[in-house]
Amino acid sequence: MDNLVSLFSYEFFTRAVLAALLAAVSCGIIGTYIVSRRLVFISGGISHASFGGIGLGYFLGVNPLAGAAVYAVLNALGLEYLTRRMNIREDSVIGILWSFGMAVGIIFIYFTPGYAPNLMSYLFGSILTVSAGDLWFLLTVTGVSGLFFLVLYRWIVYMAFDLPYIQTFRLPVGWISYMLMVLMALTIVVNIRVVGIILVISLLTIPQTIANIFTRNFGRMILYSILTGMVASLGGLMISFYFDIPSGASIIFLLSLLFILARGLTALLSGGARGNIPDERTEEEAGKIFIASE
Amino acid sequence: MMKPLVRLENITAGYNGEAVLEGVRLEIFPDDFIGVIGPNGGGKTTLLKVMLGLIKPWSGSVEYAGDPMPGTLMGYLPQHTDLDRSFPISVEEVVLSGLLPRKGFFTPYRKEHRLAAQSALEKTGINHLLHRAIGELSGGQLQRVLLARALVGSPRLLILDEPVTYVDNRFEGELYELLKELNRNMAILMVSHDVGTITSYIKTIACVNRTLHYHPSNKISEQQLAAYNCPIQIITHGTVPHTVLKKHS
Ligand SMILES: Nc1ncnc2c1ncn2[C@@H]1O[C@H](COP(=O)(O)OP(=O)(O)OP(=O)(O)O)[C@@H](O)[C@H]1O
Ligand SMILES: [Mg+2]
Repeated sequence: MDNLVSLFSYEFFTRAVLAALLAAVSCGIIGTYIVSRRLVFISGGISHASFGGIGLGYFLGVNPLAGAAVYAVLNALGLEYLTRRMNIREDSVIGILWSFGMAVGIIFIYFTPGYAPNLMSYLFGSILTVSAGDLWFLLTVTGVSGLFFLVLYRWIVYMAFDLPYIQTFRLPVGWISYMLMVLMALTIVVNIRVVGIILVISLLTIPQTIANIFTRNFGRMILYSILTGMVASLGGLMISFYFDIPSGASIIFLLSLLFILARGLTALLSGGARGNIPDERTEEEAGKIFIASE
Repeated sequence: MMKPLVRLENITAGYNGEAVLEGVRLEIFPDDFIGVIGPNGGGKTTLLKVMLGLIKPWSGSVEYAGDPMPGTLMGYLPQHTDLDRSFPISVEEVVLSGLLPRKGFFTPYRKEHRLAAQSALEKTGINHLLHRAIGELSGGQLQRVLLARALVGSPRLLILDEPVTYVDNRFEGELYELLKELNRNMAILMVSHDVGTITSYIKTIACVNRTLHYHPSNKISEQQLAAYNCPIQIITHGTVPHTVLKKHS
């Protein structure tokens, strides 16, 4: 225990702990919106596409996460516009944006003269190298999301549930959807440092899937997701520290264990009646199936 | 002369370049009870959506009466909903969503709003489901929840798109009685295929089949329907009181 306390004398460790907590809060809030509105695939697309922004950032010599933020926000706004206004089949568009972004990222990184940056940390997270700047970025996005949801909670939830009905009020609410898309893109980007591009979608969906086992209330889903996320991200941070593996992998590994545990427990308690998740699926798929089966 | 709540002027609207409605004009006044009839695909739902501002007409204009409180002019019950039944939301919350304009943007719901939600659910006979999650309802129960949501804000115009598709006979009768009572305070526009049954409740008829023909009476003959380009059959049922329709000889 002394050992653990003394770790906080290292600045990088304190930063990592703060990042883990903020990641849980930001993903708990935005992830609940994503899961409820079934935007899981869109979010996956946006997070992978943001790799293009990272490559662009390297190439132009600016902070890669800033590049990713701009790229992700533009993608998210474009998607919201296309799907709301044009009735376009969004899944194909997302598929294109997804792979196009990855391609752009690789191309620009190879064009960047000099050194090959550490791709692994962007793909799988590197919570122990979070900088003060990263942390401020994460804090800002988390704070804005929290405030936004606190103030406009009912509008956000009811618009997510049935937008056409809310539109019949003919009140100016369109900006709320767009704002949520922006927050979604930014939440994805600020969590890249913590869990990486490939795994960020899990931090946005597995806690919610676990929470959904225990509640059918949007607000409580946010709360339970945050708590679950905190357990996993702090635990994952310790594993990452002691075994020197990417933090994304350890956090998502823990989350998946938590999911299996919660699912197993409820199945046991209700006599196995609800235990209908095939076990060889990935967590993401399992999450989607569970939600769809409710 | 009363001012209309909604006024459609020369509306043309459609999907993907194909017109569904053409040259439609209609005025709805505060004490109207209009039955909208017409064949499947005739454009009834499209007409309602234009009226609600969900579909932008290609040409023509939709004018609304000035709102004393913005957002409270119309209440709407959709025909089909592709609502996500697994969405984490309760019956009470769905009904409360009909009160968003009365609540406003930055204030919480008050006691009076919750009471209004309960009384709307009482009217549709399902207040015992108040705390149920939306995913745990039957089709008819869900339709009654959505009806309560349409009523709860005391709109000046209630727009119902086939309100009895999923509900049982008993509630069907109760619903028509309820609407008759509500009509003392609000205008009602109701799409129905059951002309025979609704005719004793509605005051006037709008036949919609690409064009709109307004019939300023609740009695209509098959001859007139044919003249209005509205080829539907008039069937009468025994379960609900109805007036005898004129038969052409
Ligand atoms: N979203 C849409 N996209 C393309 N075409 C549509 C769409 N909605 C309706 N249509 C077409 O517009 C026409 C009118 O449809 P509408 O739903 O208004 O008919 P309706 O009178 O309400 O029919 P019903 O009695 O079956 O409810 C139909 O031919 C339909 O195919
Ligand atoms: Mg229809």
